[in-house]
Amino acid sequence: MNRDLIKKIFVYLILIIGALIMVFPFYWMISRSLMTAEEYSTFPPIWIPKNIFNFSNFVEAFKAAPFATYFVNSLLVTSGSVLLTGFTTIIGAFAFSRLKFPGKEFIFALLVAFMMVPFEMLVITNYQTVTKLQWIDSLHVLVIPFMTSIFYTYILKGFFDSIPDSLYYSARIDGASNWKYLWRVMVPIAKPSLVTIMLLNAISSWNSFMWPQLVINSDRYRTVPFGLFAFMSDAGSDTHLQLAAATLCVLPMIILFLFARKYIVNGVARGGIKG
Amino acid sequence: MSEKTKKKNRDTSSNYIFNGKYEPLIYLVPFFLGLLVFTIYPIINVVIMSFKQGYRLSGAYNGIGLDNYITVLTNKYFRSSIKNTFIYVFTVVPIATILSVLIANLLNQKIKGIGIFHTAYFLPMVTSAIAVGISWRFMFNKRTGIINWLLGLIGIAPIDWLGAAGGNAPYNMLTVIIFGIWNMMPFTIILLLSGLQNIDPMYYIAAKVDGASSSTIFKRITVPLLAPTIFLTMIVNMISAFKVYNDVIPFWAGKAGALSTNLYTIVYWIKETFYSKLRLGQAAAASIILFLIILVFTLIQRLIQRKFNY
Repeated sequence: MNRDLIKKIFVYLILIIGALIMVFPFYWMISRSLMTAEEYSTFPPIWIPKNIFNFSNFVEAFKAAPFATYFVNSLLVTSGSVLLTGFTTIIGAFAFSRLKFPGKEFIFALLVAFMMVPFEMLVITNYQTVTKLQWIDSLHVLVIPFMTSIFYTYILKGFFDSIPDSLYYSARIDGASNWKYLWRVMVPIAKPSLVTIMLLNAISSWNSFMWPQLVINSDRYRTVPFGLFAFMSDAGSDTHLQLAAATLCVLPMIILFLFARKYIVNGVARGGIKG
Repeated sequence: MSEKTKKKNRDTSSNYIFNGKYEPLIYLVPFFLGLLVFTIYPIINVVIMSFKQGYRLSGAYNGIGLDNYITVLTNKYFRSSIKNTFIYVFTVVPIATILSVLIANLLNQKIKGIGIFHTAYFLPMVTSAIAVGISWRFMFNKRTGIINWLLGLIGIAPIDWLGAAGGNAPYNMLTVIIFGIWNMMPFTIILLLSGLQNIDPMYYIAAKVDGASSSTIFKRITVPLLAPTIFLTMIVNMISAFKVYNDVIPFWAGKAGALSTNLYTIVYWIKETFYSKLRLGQAAAASIILFLIILVFTLIQRLIQRKFNY
């Protein structure tokens, strides 16, 4: 009994220390964003801000750079991407799961093989393409190149395949078209999978950095992570303002995660590939 | 006409549109539109581009050959980018895996407040590396950072994590490695945890009946049964770690290390070569080399998946 207790304490001790290390950078960021210049430059470090409702750093950061614009841009790009990619994923997964057309198996196998090509390899050509299309400096340039995801389609097709055929035939006998069957029967059944896919897509879209860095030049079209980077690189921007801005960038995802943790974690566990 | 027959008529007419021989096209055209332009064409194009000498953004080039590959492979900075990337991959992935195996095992027990622990351990997965990296940058600060303060408590002199002295920046790489491990942990723990949960509990019950100690159970049951998952997780992490880019960005305001050139990674070098220097052919050749490295690891992964029926 005593040995068990010691073991238990040991387990909790390791888990708590580990958990503190994992969340510490967030604590550091948020606590420092609420401190005055005097407080955060004190050494040894102060742990708790004197006034936890001191939002002056946020106000100042908003004045120093158009973070409100970045935020709206990020929201538009993320929701646009989730909707557009969600739509192409649904129709693509349905076509490969239920419809008959020549070369279906071969085409799908080829697409799965393309999954191992990293985006970094396509980026040079895609940069050329969007330059030719004169899409540089716009919001749609952050959405349209990612409008089809083989990975998400692959996941959803797997789920669609598991829906019994009998459901399909009885719907067809009732006179439903394929299109109706997809949206009225399959999509509602696949809702948990779809929510997961959309969440993973929203996370990767919100955090996307390299592509915006390449194709956005003007302040007006920057998204939060890239705007944050530009703000950080600008000489003369203060530590506490940078941390306030960084807090603004991570907070929406933290909130999303707190509400939808199970969906996100299950999705990652099932997919086994980073978003 | 009753409401019902009206509806039925409409359905029949839409059936006519949607059920023809060409029906799949309605689904496939929007699906393939983006794919053709932004995935399939670039795959073909990057291969061709890599053989075009002096290829420029406009599309003009001087001739076909292996010039780009030779230039890239003899480039001092590309070579150091390969070295840096390999150091990063082969330190971050094994260390993150070992730590994650430990944590996943502890999380797989009956624990109070499991939801809080899950939230804490998985949180970094959803947040931008650039944003959290800024926080880490201040934590690594030589004078005011928390890390040197903690090290000071156990008598270690302040380390110049982010700086350089006399043309040397010995701790820059370690900074990125520590950040990389922290970043990789959540994803790794999730995969290992789902692997652990797939182990049949009968094994554990049987072992306990036979009176096996918990360390024996860990060694004889958990590790062998989890081995395929561990290996698979390592490969998936290696593939993504070979593409390391974001992890370097926050610490030196976008530069590759304190000396601006000491921490090139392969993707960083590719980005700079085609974007800042406009040497598209060389960047294409370098990305083919990156692809071949990743391909080897992807094929190993596929092989394991097939063998263990994942």
